[in-house]
Amino acid sequence: MLRIECPCCGPRDHDEFRYGGDASVIRPVHDDPDPEAWYRYVYVRKNPAGLHREFWQHVMGCRQWLVVERDTRSHAIASVSFARKSPA
Amino acid sequence: MARYSAFSILRNALSGQRYWQRAWRAAEPKPAYDVVVIGGGGHGLATAFHLAENHGIRNVAVLEKGYVGGGNVGRNTTVIRSNYLLDGNTQFYEFSMKLWEGMSQALNFNVMFSQRGQLVTAHSADQLDSFSHRANIMRLNGIDADILDRDDVRRLTPYLDFSDTARFPIHGAIFQGRAGTARHDAVAWGYARAADAHGVDIIQNCEVTGFVRDGEKIVGVETTTGRIGAGKVGLAVAGHTSVLGAKAGLELPIESHVLQAFVTEPLKPLVDHVVAYGADHFYVSQSDKGGLVFGGNLDGYNSYAQRGNLGVVREAAEAAIALMPCISRVRLLRHWGGVMDMTPDASPIICPTPVEGLYLNGGWCYGGFKATPASGWCFAHTLATGEPHPLIAAYGLDRFRTGHTLDEAGAGPSAWLQ
Repeated sequence: MLRIECPCCGPRDHDEFRYGGDASVIRPVHDDPDPEAWYRYVYVRKNPAGLHREFWQHVMGCRQWLVVERDTRSHAIASVSFARKSPA
Repeated sequence: MARYSAFSILRNALSGQRYWQRAWRAAEPKPAYDVVVIGGGGHGLATAFHLAENHGIRNVAVLEKGYVGGGNVGRNTTVIRSNYLLDGNTQFYEFSMKLWEGMSQALNFNVMFSQRGQLVTAHSADQLDSFSHRANIMRLNGIDADILDRDDVRRLTPYLDFSDTARFPIHGAIFQGRAGTARHDAVAWGYARAADAHGVDIIQNCEVTGFVRDGEKIVGVETTTGRIGAGKVGLAVAGHTSVLGAKAGLELPIESHVLQAFVTEPLKPLVDHVVAYGADHFYVSQSDKGGLVFGGNLDGYNSYAQRGNLGVVREAAEAAIALMPCISRVRLLRHWGGVMDMTPDASPIICPTPVEGLYLNGGWCYGGFKATPASGWCFAHTLATGEPHPLIAAYGLDRFRTGHTLDEAGAGPSAWLQ
């Protein structure tokens, strides 16, 4: 089982979270006319065997969206942070 | 290569089983081949066999990083069916079914294809309507399909929950009588032996670490046993398509996810068919040893670890007991995880790639095993001619750009939601 160290709630079983996919994908600006940019945003993934930056939402806890760095070969978690920018 | 027959069994029995030949040679890699197929799983071996059998291309190597039968061909639940709905899928999987029906003869190897029939239970009138739609499409394509009402289902599978307290009462089912299971290892071994008999070199413990280029064109592979030249390279490494594809400069619409499967302790014969649960993602069949073999949902996040976690074990067990309360005390013997290429539309990708000399066969999601023979047939055609076989015309990489996705699962462009 994965245990994710939620910055709000502490270490929790990953069953409390919902997976949100690759966090390195960047959405094009809304009026970007380039179909290639939208194709890449919707479909193309790096899918590395190794460290992967990904979204998880703590749906059964604080409901925060988190960015988790996890090794896809061992499930070892390197870091967890809030997905939103913290106010300065 | 000595042929297997009743006579060969008798002769070897009378000589103390001492003179069986090994099923395929332990080949040493040659400096170059006409075609190098990366991946010694079912699809790679079937491709090599059909390259030789259908196209006369015998200067072929299959490179396997582990051992034959150690990847996804040995990590599945062996179900074979052709109950698809969408144009492009129906014809391809039915072609595959027909190849399964002749496979033991074609390979001279008993793959134990057992056409025990598959039913998918329907749990509402609406679901039965949608199954009727699917059955009609199948029959229009010449595929056998029947719609069963509740009494029919009860007659075939009396061990399912027909009580008043069933969480999702069974309304009926869609049934395909020609569906079934096969011995998955035998499929790998049969193809390996038949390909070897045609002169194909099957090289185990040989991992591809990179590609050799001449300008833009790929002309060979770097492996752990040295450089091997190739006229064409076919990629059939389900689960790791992204990893090898990236080495060739391919960016693919694929995520790797783990899917678990389970086996219970052996029981007396109970489940005569393959049964899929229409109210959840769960399906079950009984192996020849008596164990119930079943599978469920993806673990649901990117993974290259060939193991899953306990949450999915619990979900699969809950679905099993909801459908078949009689097995609630049966013990699970083991479970395992296979790594799969999940594509955004749950359909495979077989096509020439933008990289010259490189051909791709991947993205099989949950369903690669049943596709093995047709995938090999069509990929061999694609490698031999450079053009996609008509049966895989819908499986091109450009379908995501042009909007012609083949969304059989109706899951949308989020592989982790499938």
